[in-house]
Amino acid sequence: MSEKRLNNDDRSALLPRAVGRVVDALTLVSIGALTFFGLWASPADVVQGDAQRIMYLHVPAAWAAYVAFGITTLASLLWLWPRTRSAVWDRVAGASAEIGLIFTGLTLLLGSLWGRPVWGVWWAWDARLVSTAVLFFLYLGYLAIRAVPAEPIVRARRSAITAVIVFIDVPIVHFSVNWWRTLHQKATVFNPELNPEIHGVMALTLWIGVVAFTLLYVSLMNRRYQLAYLEEGLEETALDAAILQRSGGVK
Amino acid sequence: MNAFSEIKLIAGKDLRIEMRSRILLSQVLPFGAIVVLLFAFALDPDRGILTRVAPGLFWITVLLAALLAIGRAFSIEQQHGARDGLRLAGLDGSSVFIGKAIAIAVQLVILEAVLGLTVVVLYGVEVHGVVVLVATATAATIGLAAAGTLYGVLAAGLRARETLLPLLLLPVLAPVMLGATRAFEDGLEGVPGDAWPWVALLTVFALLYTGVGMLAFGPLWEDT
Repeated sequence: MSEKRLNNDDRSALLPRAVGRVVDALTLVSIGALTFFGLWASPADVVQGDAQRIMYLHVPAAWAAYVAFGITTLASLLWLWPRTRSAVWDRVAGASAEIGLIFTGLTLLLGSLWGRPVWGVWWAWDARLVSTAVLFFLYLGYLAIRAVPAEPIVRARRSAITAVIVFIDVPIVHFSVNWWRTLHQKATVFNPELNPEIHGVMALTLWIGVVAFTLLYVSLMNRRYQLAYLEEGLEETALDAAILQRSGGVK
Repeated sequence: MNAFSEIKLIAGKDLRIEMRSRILLSQVLPFGAIVVLLFAFALDPDRGILTRVAPGLFWITVLLAALLAIGRAFSIEQQHGARDGLRLAGLDGSSVFIGKAIAIAVQLVILEAVLGLTVVVLYGVEVHGVVVLVATATAATIGLAAAGTLYGVLAAGLRARETLLPLLLLPVLAPVMLGATRAFEDGLEGVPGDAWPWVALLTVFALLYTGVGMLAFGPLWEDT
């Protein structure tokens, strides 16, 4: 079965089993710490009240989304580069984009939940919000391309090129949307630097959040990668079984 | 055959098919016109809203019609093994990309001219700053055609291409839509100075996607 695979580099898991377990455990511990610090240890914000606690999830989720999309791009480039081409990078790119999309969706959702009590609206045409929404749709398109069945090598090439095209668009979207909201709006209602100075426990909580989400990303990546590997094996097995059945019927 | 004659061959082929089938004239243009009309139903035409938002409505209409033109540019090679024939002709991938993009761009220019005139007449727009408008339209058209051709070949040959193409293309073209609309607004409002940064952005987009398209079209095209 393995000779049919895209490449000899037939790695079934990203991390060694023991390392994976340690990451899982650390993820759980850091999420526990984040829960404690976010809900109890840190004080409520003077202006925003308890709603500010959403930031402890919102900011780390956005961070993890950027990391995930960055890794998708990097893995796609490594696939495209002939010397480093391997099915491993294709799986990494796909897994990371899926997780990144979840985190981007979470960022938008949490931001919206926070915006309602603090800004008074669910959605505002702020530059960051708009470019994050476009980012969401860009990677939704990337995953739609990935979902189209094809020969493994064809699908991998198509996906890797799409990932690069999509990534090129990210800075253009960012610049254009920023210009749009600054050229025409002299005074911004919503200050983008909502908390320019946070100190002590609040900053610590935010850092714990970043660590927790990064670990969560690694842990999810490890699992999603294994799943992608197994899915490929299943496709092949199903194909073999179908061929066997057919040939058995004809005799 | 050198690159120039290869490009001319491909662009000529696509435009000749269009001349004979007249899909652009008989289907895409009327589609654009009805969209322009529908905007007037959706937005009250009496309060001057249409005149104020005309640039945005114009570019949305162009974008929607462009989706049809791009889909068409690749569906013409779907039948009679035309794509295999083209691949076997031994043409360079980047020449095919430029050729197809030029054919799409020519159609878009016609589309923009006719729809622009329709918008001016129906929405009561006074035209100012023609230089800025033309520069914007040129840069935006090249960007649309380059990104469209690249995503067109990506979706070509896939089963769900009709639904996949808009999902892929519209987020990528969001900056073009934004930049072209703002530049048109500035041009029409008589402040062309504000429009030039947008034209620069559109030009960067056009150059970037033309470059990436020339590199990526070949391998993608081989796989379709």
